Amino acid sequence: MPASLITADSLLTVDVGTVTTRAALFDVVEGGYRFIASGQAPSTAAAPYRNVAEGVHQAIGNLQTVTGRILLGGDQRLIIPAQDGAGVDHFTATMSAGPALKTVVVGLLNDYSLESIQRLARSTYARVLDLVSLNDRRKPEEQIDSILRLQPDLLLIAGGTDGGATRSIDRLVELVGLACYLLPADKRPVIVYAGNQDNAVKVRNTLGPWTPSLHISPNILPRLETEDIQPAQRALVQAYAHIRRSQTGGLDDLAAWSDGSLLPTGYAHGRMVRFLGQIYGGQKGILGVDLGASAATISAAFQGRLVQGIYPHFGLGEGLGGILRHTSLESILRWLPLDIPAETVRDYIYQKAIYPASLPATVEDLAIEQALARQNLSLAMQAAAADFPAGIPRPAPDLTPAFEPALAGGSVFAAAPTLGQSLLMLLDGIQPTGVTTMILDQNNLLPALGAAAGRSPILSVQVLESGAFLGLATVISVVSGVRPNTPVLRLRLSVRGGAETQVEVRQGALELIQLPPGQAGQASLQPLHHADAGFGAGRGGQIPVSGTALGLVIDARGRPLRLAPDPARRREMIKKWLYSLGG
Amino acid sequence: MLAPLSHILPLTTIHRERLLPLAGRVTARLEQKVSPVDVVAEASLGREHVLLDVGQALGLPPEAAGKLVTCKVGERLEAGRVIAQGRGFVPLPVKVPREGRVVACGGGKVLLEVGEGTLELRAGLPGIVTRIIAGRGVEVTTHGALVQGVWGNGRVDLGLMLSMMTEPGEPLVASRLDVSFRGSVLLAGACSDPEALRNASDLPLRGLVLGSLSPALIGLAAQARFPVLVVDGFGNRPMNSAAYKLLASNARRECTVNAEPYDRATGTRPEVVIPLPISQEPPAPHLGEHFTPGQRVRLCRAPRLGEIATLVALKPGLTTVPSGLRVAAGEVRLEDGSQLVVPLANLEVINSAG
Repeated sequence: MPASLITADSLLTVDVGTVTTRAALFDVVEGGYRFIASGQAPSTAAAPYRNVAEGVHQAIGNLQTVTGRILLGGDQRLIIPAQDGAGVDHFTATMSAGPALKTVVVGLLNDYSLESIQRLARSTYARVLDLVSLNDRRKPEEQIDSILRLQPDLLLIAGGTDGGATRSIDRLVELVGLACYLLPADKRPVIVYAGNQDNAVKVRNTLGPWTPSLHISPNILPRLETEDIQPAQRALVQAYAHIRRSQTGGLDDLAAWSDGSLLPTGYAHGRMVRFLGQIYGGQKGILGVDLGASAATISAAFQGRLVQGIYPHFGLGEGLGGILRHTSLESILRWLPLDIPAETVRDYIYQKAIYPASLPATVEDLAIEQALARQNLSLAMQAAAADFPAGIPRPAPDLTPAFEPALAGGSVFAAAPTLGQSLLMLLDGIQPTGVTTMILDQNNLLPALGAAAGRSPILSVQVLESGAFLGLATVISVVSGVRPNTPVLRLRLSVRGGAETQVEVRQGALELIQLPPGQAGQASLQPLHHADAGFGAGRGGQIPVSGTALGLVIDARGRPLRLAPDPARRREMIKKWLYSLGG
Repeated sequence: MLAPLSHILPLTTIHRERLLPLAGRVTARLEQKVSPVDVVAEASLGREHVLLDVGQALGLPPEAAGKLVTCKVGERLEAGRVIAQGRGFVPLPVKVPREGRVVACGGGKVLLEVGEGTLELRAGLPGIVTRIIAGRGVEVTTHGALVQGVWGNGRVDLGLMLSMMTEPGEPLVASRLDVSFRGSVLLAGACSDPEALRNASDLPLRGLVLGSLSPALIGLAAQARFPVLVVDGFGNRPMNSAAYKLLASNARRECTVNAEPYDRATGTRPEVVIPLPISQEPPAPHLGEHFTPGQRVRLCRAPRLGEIATLVALKPGLTTVPSGLRVAAGEVRLEDGSQLVVPLANLEVINSAG
């Protein structure tokens, strides 16, 4: 049901996170869609409530208080469609709350379908516990026993190309069917099949009776050289909603208000990034990062193609308890601007995992939280980069490709005490290259707009362009291998109707040139000593720059960023960088 | 604002559902008195499976092989039993390699469940079975003191509670663990000494209740054969005063330590239960609360992590705390009389009578 400006439909979005439930209202103001306001409340998906309704009602109730607009009726039900100025015309719901889905993936060959199906698993809040494939050296009965022992929430199956051989995938499907048959009825997993379509009927017959919900999607690998993950992602969205509705109360109302469309937050995030890629995409990719309690989400669009990774183990909530399985304590400590003992940081990590909603109230705790944010974002970026397409422009194979823009969400960034802290965490975690506009999603709108984009693309575009997001900084990241303190960039900024600023930036420096919102200008970049400032090694150029909250930032600290080995010197450097960005 | 809750109650009514992870048989009766280690339900648990591919063994297509299979689903087969015989001059038999039960049969294949075991569900706390949940488990009800923790190693046991502490911060020290503690549930403030945990295992104890545990010892505590329960969290700091007073005042009583892991999604938490006689049924704990001045709270983050305080006031709007964050906050009065403004997100309401 497409909406338009003529109908002037209002939209309410609700996102149920692990810690916070957020409601956001969008409506038409002066001929264009605008973000009106948001309300939030603690989520009630977990015990003792185990029902999202209380948190949703409170978040919408707080939104009512802020806007003065009645949204809930006397029976606490959403007034939809709008009547006499009360209620809203449309509703969307997204959700990331709940433990990561226990998942087993099944594919034919490690290098083909199993790799693709794992990529599919990474596009939702899943924890892959086992891989079953033809390359698996276990006996079939051992594979069955593994599934029985793990009792997965979700089974993802792929294999074979369309029109190709069917026998091998039949064997695996039979094995999965046997395992499901042996599981107690209330423990059987939801299944998504995204393999050879010639097997689809047999899959339905074999697995249909032994799963609470079977989703057959077009082949994720229709031909050996062609991976098409999107249709399977849509099937996975339905599977996710099915599982969450069986685990958590109150979701039926959300599904009913949203015409059955309950989306994983990460999926909606990815959809919006892809959508932005289609609208604004040039040679560079578009990046969206979100660091929440449930997961770290990386969505990158390259000329319309989305690469996405949702990493529950890199989230800043309960998942922190396992973070030291993925990184060392030293890797976290290196980001601290304060001298905090390693034991204190380790205690912090485990305590935060017990109390994921808790907040850093002291300067020391904030330093640890922000160090974790840097490290987890960096780990998530590295993991996602493995799926970035080959051949995209980047200064070196192990560096982050050029993105324009990069959008960041998650309260660790959005609610940081200063914008300088937000930007430094993002620069350290992403380590962008070239010229990147860093945009802060202060109201967690990106997933909401992604959910809305399916219904009203124009709303998403207009809200995005209306200033609902904060332009944080235009960052020029200089890549150079020269010694510290060697000049790497000469920059001339001509502000329209204003003064001209010239700076020479040296290797190792982080410089800020203020250019407030509303101002615009032209930056002329002349790299020195074969440095790469986004135009190729040693090549200069001009870029238009618009004012942002912080201004123009030149990051010549090096890529990859190498921190000083001496702890005291390193801490001083981090403090200095923060000071450079305004504190 | 909704508040997270933790129970530290001197006398309450405790109802706990104890459920098998899969369908089984309830062995307890309604109104039966149970101890924490009594089995209340059990389920058959096939330990592993053996897949016999008759078609492959006889070199026949699945359909043809299927016609030769002589066993049925549910049938129990002894090792060596022939389940299919090939045709020809020297017919090849397909034998069962291990004793087992046929759980699936078709397409020329037979799946056997072998090495069957029994999964036993224990009551987890002493009390009366007040509800039977058919095929899955029971509800057990008891009365007594209740202290909830934040981490447990998954074990359950009962014993006489002895305290090693004369104050809430007294650590578990290896040198002080002597045979007088054998078979007891021991209370201690903090543990950061691996030797102390090893000595506790050697005694052995029947349970260990700690205020805090060093994260470096999580692996060791998880492997302990007796229940280890952590009341406040990770690090090296005293047990919160409310839990300390309640537990210490009940020293030398029988108690149950059900150290099941904390699961935020389902709400299961590790618990210490001290059964107490009652003259009339005390109320069950609240399940949900909103922050309200006058509540007793525990600080779950720095500063003053783990301390008990009274919520004095809710601050209007957002307040800037020392970290610089702007948060919904409350003013609390600590037990030493000092007052502090902290994020509400860092408070946990202690449902205590203290």
